[in-house]
Amino acid sequence: MKKLSANQKILAGVAIAAAVALPLVTPDFRLFQASQVLIYAIAILGLNLLTGYNGQLSVGHGAFFAVGAYSAALLMNFAGFPYWTTIPAAALICLVVGLLFGLPALKLDGHYLALATFALALAVPQLLKYKAFSKWTGGAPGISIDKPPAPFEFDIFGRAFNADVWLYLFTLGITVLLFFCAWNLVRGRIGRTLVAIRDQPMAAQAMGVNTAIYKSLIFGVSALFTGVAGALNALTVQYLAPDSFHMFLSVFLLVGMVVGGMGAVPSALFGAVVIVFLPNIAGSISKSLPGAIYGVLLILLVYFMPKGIWGALDRLRQFRLPRHRDTGSS
Amino acid sequence: MDLFVSQVLSGVASGAIYGCVGLAMVMIFTSTEKINFAQGEMATFSTYVAWTLMTVGLPYWAAFAATVAISFAAGVLIQRTLLAPLRDAPEMSQVIVFFGLFLVFNSASGAIWGYLPFDFPSPVKAFSTGTTLIGAHQLFIILVAVLMLTLLFLFFRYTSLGLCMRAAAQNPVSASLMGVRVGWMLALGWGLSAAVGAVAGIMVAPVVFLEPQMMVGVLLYAFAAALVGGIDSPPGAFVGGIIVGVLENLVGTYLVGTDLKLTVALVLIIAVLIFKPTGLFGSRRVARV
Repeated sequence: MKKLSANQKILAGVAIAAAVALPLVTPDFRLFQASQVLIYAIAILGLNLLTGYNGQLSVGHGAFFAVGAYSAALLMNFAGFPYWTTIPAAALICLVVGLLFGLPALKLDGHYLALATFALALAVPQLLKYKAFSKWTGGAPGISIDKPPAPFEFDIFGRAFNADVWLYLFTLGITVLLFFCAWNLVRGRIGRTLVAIRDQPMAAQAMGVNTAIYKSLIFGVSALFTGVAGALNALTVQYLAPDSFHMFLSVFLLVGMVVGGMGAVPSALFGAVVIVFLPNIAGSISKSLPGAIYGVLLILLVYFMPKGIWGALDRLRQFRLPRHRDTGSS
Repeated sequence: MDLFVSQVLSGVASGAIYGCVGLAMVMIFTSTEKINFAQGEMATFSTYVAWTLMTVGLPYWAAFAATVAISFAAGVLIQRTLLAPLRDAPEMSQVIVFFGLFLVFNSASGAIWGYLPFDFPSPVKAFSTGTTLIGAHQLFIILVAVLMLTLLFLFFRYTSLGLCMRAAAQNPVSASLMGVRVGWMLALGWGLSAAVGAVAGIMVAPVVFLEPQMMVGVLLYAFAAALVGGIDSPPGAFVGGIIVGVLENLVGTYLVGTDLKLTVALVLIIAVLIFKPTGLFGSRRVARV
């Protein structure tokens, strides 16, 4: 089992402390963006478990994001669930949906799996718009939910502890929890098995790994992560429409995963920062061609960091500290 | 019965388009093992180029030929400048580059020519097929697609350049030892597939109107077509396109209406793939231990 070095522990602690202190210095709008980064980081982490660690390419994780979001909204609006219970509920629902989708996906490989998941990404918005379900889903116009209230209100250093701050901290808490779970999942035997299935499926099978069980289980877990992100997104935005779960959402999650760096847990945060802020940067460079600038920036990112931001940082670290190269501690 | 026949025939016509774009994908896939997601947007851009050439006064066929030539050159250029340096980058990173290209072309089409749909001319508009079952342009699409497929077949089968390209795709190492310039063969493959995409764009534009999103839906069907036919088989892609086109029309007419036609068509395709994972004409993948 890999363990965190003392430096890494300090770094993680400082990062979490800084994130907790963030509301003190930022207005509500920036806080909303920070929540978005955390939410996409969870979703990308889920995708990374499936694609980065296990090598199953999904171009349809936006669908699980949508399932999580709509589960949370429907449970709140029609079953009277308090907002915080929708997170575990959405997690459970998405786990089951992911497992069910992962079973037929076992038969599909590479590009065929990409098509199947892509079809899922296209089908979900269509189903959400479909007339027969619009009683619940609200059809194309979508539905809104109540804003989760803060459990208590007070002022701290002149900053009101309001619902926005609470929502951000709630999201942050779940993010930290899920990142910890993911890291625990991949650092030991299960993580090694997942990577073995990705790199050497036949050898893994020969060593007695039940690839089918691992592959469908990780599909479910991955959907769980992304579904929780979707539910958090529903709570943060408080409004859902089928078009917010357009196939481009799935593609952006994929972009975030690759640009952040595949096959590492913390890289999801970098990927999320990129997909939340890069469109704004592109828009500020050129008002008329934001899409083209975005595309060019993406190509440049890949050009200079083919293994993602995490890969580039890793190389930088090894370059500066050649003595500390990993010696295969496990 | 007439409804059925006309739905099947128009399915064949739109299927021919899917087949052409699918064919363009297969041509890049066989040499690089990657799906070019920007294929559709490149084709849309080419179609806009053709439209511009026609508005400045070039006759249809001259604009057609010029566009195909320009697209070919652009395809070669993209491969040489953008993708060749990334040869050794991880596969997913290259996919992101394709997506970047998708955004660039999509956004550029919109920024240069606007988002309003244009009416695109068809050379056979004045003709009539004498029946209500199939329109003149649909027949024209099928003929052009079949002609193009035949030409490509002859090129790959009977010319030494075609042979070199096949060799470079099948076994790059041995091919380069035999003196084939593998890098350039890949670039030629990109050029050819951009040209094929341009033809598909010019064919489909009179049907769906020319606008920046014209090819987004087509691309997905083309992807499905290529997979159903077998991702490494060019004729398979074409047949797959026709199957997908006909299926799409019949599902839309008889089963669920237009709301869920895309979803149902895709579910059917995936069901086929689960039972026949290599597609109808694809070669079986043999893994080596």
